[in-house]
Amino acid sequence: MFELLGIPPQALFGQLLLGLINGAFYAMLSLGLAVIFGLLNVINFTHGAQYMMGAFGAWMLLNYLGVPFWGALVLSPIIVAIIGMVIERTLLRRLYQLDHLYGLLLTFGLALIFEGLFRRQYGSSGLPYNNPLPGGTNLGFMFLPNYRAFVVVASLVVCFATWFVIERTKLGSYLRAATERPDLVQAFGIDVPRMITLTYGFGVGLAALAGVLAAPAYQVSPTMGSNLIIVVFAVVVIGGMGSIMGAILTGFGLGVIEGLTKVFYPEASSTVIFVIMAIVLMVKPAGLFGTAK
Amino acid sequence: MNASSSSSTPAASGVAATSSSTLTVLGLLAVAVLLVAPFGVYPVFLMKVMCFALFACAFNLMLGYTGLLSFGHAMFFGGSAYICAYTIKEMGFSPELGILAGVVFAAALGFVTGLLAIRRQGIYFAMVTLALAQMFFFFCLQARFTGGEDGLQSVPRRPLFGFIDITQDIHLYYLVLAIFLFGFLVIYRTIHSPFGQVMKAIRENEPRAISLGYRVNQYKLLAFVLSAALSGLAGSTKVLVFQLASLTDVAWQMSGEVILMTLVGGMGTILGPVVGAAVIVTMQNYLAGFGEWVLVIQGTIFVLAVSLFRRGIVGEIIAIAKYYGGRTGN
Repeated sequence: MFELLGIPPQALFGQLLLGLINGAFYAMLSLGLAVIFGLLNVINFTHGAQYMMGAFGAWMLLNYLGVPFWGALVLSPIIVAIIGMVIERTLLRRLYQLDHLYGLLLTFGLALIFEGLFRRQYGSSGLPYNNPLPGGTNLGFMFLPNYRAFVVVASLVVCFATWFVIERTKLGSYLRAATERPDLVQAFGIDVPRMITLTYGFGVGLAALAGVLAAPAYQVSPTMGSNLIIVVFAVVVIGGMGSIMGAILTGFGLGVIEGLTKVFYPEASSTVIFVIMAIVLMVKPAGLFGTAK
Repeated sequence: MNASSSSSTPAASGVAATSSSTLTVLGLLAVAVLLVAPFGVYPVFLMKVMCFALFACAFNLMLGYTGLLSFGHAMFFGGSAYICAYTIKEMGFSPELGILAGVVFAAALGFVTGLLAIRRQGIYFAMVTLALAQMFFFFCLQARFTGGEDGLQSVPRRPLFGFIDITQDIHLYYLVLAIFLFGFLVIYRTIHSPFGQVMKAIRENEPRAISLGYRVNQYKLLAFVLSAALSGLAGSTKVLVFQLASLTDVAWQMSGEVILMTLVGGMGTILGPVVGAAVIVTMQNYLAGFGEWVLVIQGTIFVLAVSLFRRGIVGEIIAIAKYYGGRTGN
């Protein structure tokens, strides 16, 4: 076995894989944030809570109804998306003509409510969720757990499917057009308010899907979302929200960098993304893939 | 942020002129009440309200008057608290020097983070400040001098200026009152200075302020540093009251709380944050036994405030007064 800078390869590739998984979650969450912001002009602070609700949805479906992981992978995001769409219809809709900051404050309040309710019910410590794909493959230089490989592949598929739908299909062209000029798109006979509701539902569903994927990889806990969402905000600032592909690349890239930091300089692993954000703000304030506005 | 209606309408200026003398009377009355208040109400509670009121006023200087929503003000409040507690407890500073050290640190931190944050506007500004504050949180969690999860406990209350005893709550109360009034007057003067007018101009229409020749970024940075320093003053004072600096002070929940206070009281109004802080601190006192429900209730207040009364308590009162004042005036 070879060693790299005194780090055993198992540790290095293990952390790289963990970084990729984290990056997958960053990518899915920042993608959802970007899509929602594009059409609604709202930064969805509830995104972290909705990720947490996706994970809890899977846990509850399993423990109360006996629905296995693969069923929850579909059901939980749909349930969370429906809750999200109700929120959009009843609360968010009334704020569109106001300053963006009100949307941020409203969704921040909602995030507190959801986190508080789940903490009240399940306590702050995590709940375990069984690995649906136990075992793994020995690749020679490292041991690859099946489930972790599945998370990376699944999130890549989801991210690129989202990119394809938005950038390459007719539905996506409506969406991009409505992002630029909702009034004109409405004039062409497209129901923009319904599109907004569905877009919010989609973004939220993406967050919940990431949550379901996270449930077996980490523990299910009420605070898992609020810690993640702040990092995702930094990811969004680094990448800029202008480009779908940019959000995906930035998410995965930063996850890997964070994983590498855990190997070479563990003390900085929780702050490295924020440091990168500060550097990007100095060098290219609009973000790596953003356009100056 | 266009939350507060502009106060330059002709009908309103008449009200403002008549009310400025009434305001002075009301202000003196309020100070008189605060002077005797600790004989009727638990002084520690009042001191807590004043610390958070000052914090919220400092925050409001950014949000209400410059239109920049900082989601990271906990780093100035908590960072200053750590420095104040450390210098007093470990380095033997006197209280006034400890507070000064805390304020200087908060101002310096505000300068550095401000330089970064003002490179982005609006929603991004909020996200950048939140991320920087989270970075500072992790720094405090790992740094040795902060005491990690335990924080810095039982910070001594040494004599002020070497001879004024502040170990008694009632004595400390008057020191906190003096600091609060000082901070409040600084903010009042800032808002009513030419500098404050430029800040409002930036809030209302940044491109126009630029085209009028104002170096908008320098004004924003100065406002940010001022706001950070005053938040630090509040944080350091809090250390003297509770003799404690902990991770709670730098956590993102603290940034959320100060936003909530300002929102409930009324952003862009001078008294709003004070009222908001009093309401929220009182609420926390009564709800202390409810545990996790506090989070749910705070969230609900956020949602209600944003959906139903965006002007906040003081803002609504001013709006009602203006409405009736305008009617009788015409």
